[in-house]
Amino acid sequence: MLNIPVLRWGKPYESLEKDEVLHFSTGEPVASVSQANGGIIQRDMRKAQKARDILRDFSCSELIGLIKKSADLYLNATLPLGDGQQSPDDFVYQQSSTTGLPEHMCRANMAKNSFVLENMHTILDALTRGLDLDILTRGYGVESRGVVMSYQAQTPVLGAVLPSNSPGVHTLWLPAIPLQLGLVLKPGPQEPWTPYRMASAFAEAGIPREVFSIYPGGPEAGAALLSSCDRSMIFGGTATVENYKGNPSVQAHGPGFSKILLGDDVVDDWEKYIDLIAESIYINSGRGCINCSGVWASRHTKEIAQALAERIGPVEALPPTDPKAGLAAFTVDGMAAAVWGMIEADLKEAGVTDMTEPFGARLVEQERCAYLRPTIVHCESPENAIAKKEYMFPFSTVVQCPQDEMLKKIGPTLVCSGITENEMLIKALSDATHIDRLNIGAIPTSKLNWLQPHEGNIIDFLFRSRAYQVTDDRLAALKS
Amino acid sequence: MSSTETNAADLQTLQTQARERLDAHAYEMVQWHFHESTGCPFWLEKKADLKFDPLSEIKNYDDIQKFPLFEDDWLRGGPASRWIPKALEGKPTYIFETGGTTGIPKSRVVIEDHWIDYENFSETLPDKYFPKGANWLMLGPSGPRRLRLAVEHLCQHRGGICFCIDLDPRWVVKLIKKGWMEHLEEYKKHTIDQAITVLTADHDIRCMFTTPKLLDSLALALEERGTSIREIGITGIFSGGTEFTPQWTRYAVEELLGGSPEEGGVYMTPTYGNTLMGLACSKPVTPEENYKISYYAPQPRAVTEVVSFDDPSQLVGYDETGRVKLTTLTKELFVPGFLERDEGERERPFETYPWDGVSGVRPFHETASATTVGVY
Repeated sequence: MLNIPVLRWGKPYESLEKDEVLHFSTGEPVASVSQANGGIIQRDMRKAQKARDILRDFSCSELIGLIKKSADLYLNATLPLGDGQQSPDDFVYQQSSTTGLPEHMCRANMAKNSFVLENMHTILDALTRGLDLDILTRGYGVESRGVVMSYQAQTPVLGAVLPSNSPGVHTLWLPAIPLQLGLVLKPGPQEPWTPYRMASAFAEAGIPREVFSIYPGGPEAGAALLSSCDRSMIFGGTATVENYKGNPSVQAHGPGFSKILLGDDVVDDWEKYIDLIAESIYINSGRGCINCSGVWASRHTKEIAQALAERIGPVEALPPTDPKAGLAAFTVDGMAAAVWGMIEADLKEAGVTDMTEPFGARLVEQERCAYLRPTIVHCESPENAIAKKEYMFPFSTVVQCPQDEMLKKIGPTLVCSGITENEMLIKALSDATHIDRLNIGAIPTSKLNWLQPHEGNIIDFLFRSRAYQVTDDRLAALKS
Repeated sequence: MSSTETNAADLQTLQTQARERLDAHAYEMVQWHFHESTGCPFWLEKKADLKFDPLSEIKNYDDIQKFPLFEDDWLRGGPASRWIPKALEGKPTYIFETGGTTGIPKSRVVIEDHWIDYENFSETLPDKYFPKGANWLMLGPSGPRRLRLAVEHLCQHRGGICFCIDLDPRWVVKLIKKGWMEHLEEYKKHTIDQAITVLTADHDIRCMFTTPKLLDSLALALEERGTSIREIGITGIFSGGTEFTPQWTRYAVEELLGGSPEEGGVYMTPTYGNTLMGLACSKPVTPEENYKISYYAPQPRAVTEVVSFDDPSQLVGYDETGRVKLTTLTKELFVPGFLERDEGERERPFETYPWDGVSGVRPFHETASATTVGVY
């Protein structure tokens, strides 16, 4: 069994408190992970500026080069991990064994992270709208029109309180190092794997170890991280998001409530989009905030729901090693049963139909874990309680709603794919402030263009654009 | 006989003597609490519901098992005077509360128990680090809490003056439950500001009571001002709470206090206690034992046992895990077997405390998620 220490600015620290991370189906310990107490984090954060100072000794482009090198190491190399070594296959096995995610999905997430590292230059170029990255290093510079501009870092480090159940989120913190900001991570209890492997890949690529810290721990560690980093992100449920609403230091990522809206102009051809809709619901076991949890149309909703149920309703729970496995296990005791209980309660409402019922029981309980099979629910009205619900498995409602009422009724939506050619509807969708990422046309909600910002531009979160005035002499010197 | 065998024999003798003291004390306390001339209205009334006569049938500590488990809900609401033993009527009486964030708090009347408990505890403090005559800071909860007055008495008993701060733990619990983390942070700062004001006002404070969270915050705040716990003059810290884990203790010793008492000059002693029990002391905590913390109740005035989760009448084996059961046997309070909201491992007797102890104390796993820990 691997022993994984806390990393305090790159230095391993073995705690007297350890958490055994267990295999989700056998219960065998996979790793013993040292736990950090909150005070350690608060004390270490007093030295956070040093991480930025060290990174500012490199140029952004040098760091991007090292990040690119780490992309390959992360994907292909055997890297040090705790008191052992970890090959890519070990990583896939370990991540799958503790999170319940099928191995092929772990591999796909690995490739996704590596892709983002590999293409960091292009991604940062898009997110900064082509800004000369030296301006971020210095905090000021001159743009091509000859005007002085300033982007001031709001923090020496980016903190992140990461989840256990969605390895896809790691792409969000990857830009920190090339932006010359240190990294302070609290991994999810079941998913220490990505942060540690990434840190190992960074170090092997030549990024100084002193610029990252990893603090596994309980809720106290998460609270300490959030209170001691000037900018951090957290992943959680609606309550977490509400908790940090309006807090400029915390970017809270919660449920996506992502949706597909079919315009009246295309809905009669709904069959053309069924594969796209099914993919949006089912891919990555429906765990992501970008997975579709609601399909909205004014008519044909019953047929759409029926077709989706036929497509994904028969999917069975398969072992994580099976390349055909499409479902992730619920590894927390009782959680799947509790989720199914909530769904069952909502299904009692008039006008609500479980279209997947004919394909057998949805809740599959095994000795140490449980699965929920894909579930499609038809709602005759947006007012049905279940219409806007979202769960961590392939679950979606198909909601009958007149087109002109959709935007008023859909509620907050992270990704909206509006399938329509109707310019009035497109304009309304473009103006809707409760939609974050907008796809116009037949684009799955789960298809992300990495050159687009996700839930707010990380550059705006980490840097502040502000006035910066200099004398004419100084301006001339800056231009030269 | 080898020295090991001699030590074992000595320990056995000490255990036997302690047990005899406990049996005699248990008998005496039951006589006191259930006799019409001395008992309190609550127990005299309860006597009628019992299926046995405590005056004739409780002869030693084990017989106390005949009582049903104590329900702390009995402590909610008035009249508080129903808990005052007749023999103590008319004496100045304190009322101390626990909980109380919502609803009616549990309350306990006290006359002199908190003085006695803390005077006994005082005997365990090393004078080198808790000098007689030194002034103290009570960096803990204020309001209707036993701890607040008990620490002040401890300090006065040792010849010093105790400086206090304002800290309302009920408001802190509300802030946590409401998710008002910014307010929580500000309230913590307000608390620490008060402490630093006192510590930097030439009051020559050498000792303090505090909780792990507040010690952490105080140390950080002092370091931000370019000083430290030691540099500000503190040499002895008395602290307590279930957050007192081995890892936290190690962190505190290594990073907040500059090392062991010999190296850093600051001695910290963990304790475990509450309004019902008084104060359990810790066996010396050392790096050699991985900062393991074992508590021993102040027998015979209070007894802690580690009992089976399924059957609270059964002790678990040594080193095994169970729930902490408390029995309080003072002239002011009789608590025959109360299941604490904590669990831990049963520890062996040793020379200083020749009776069972409990280590690894943490919130009882079945109620832990519903408990708001780390109030102050």
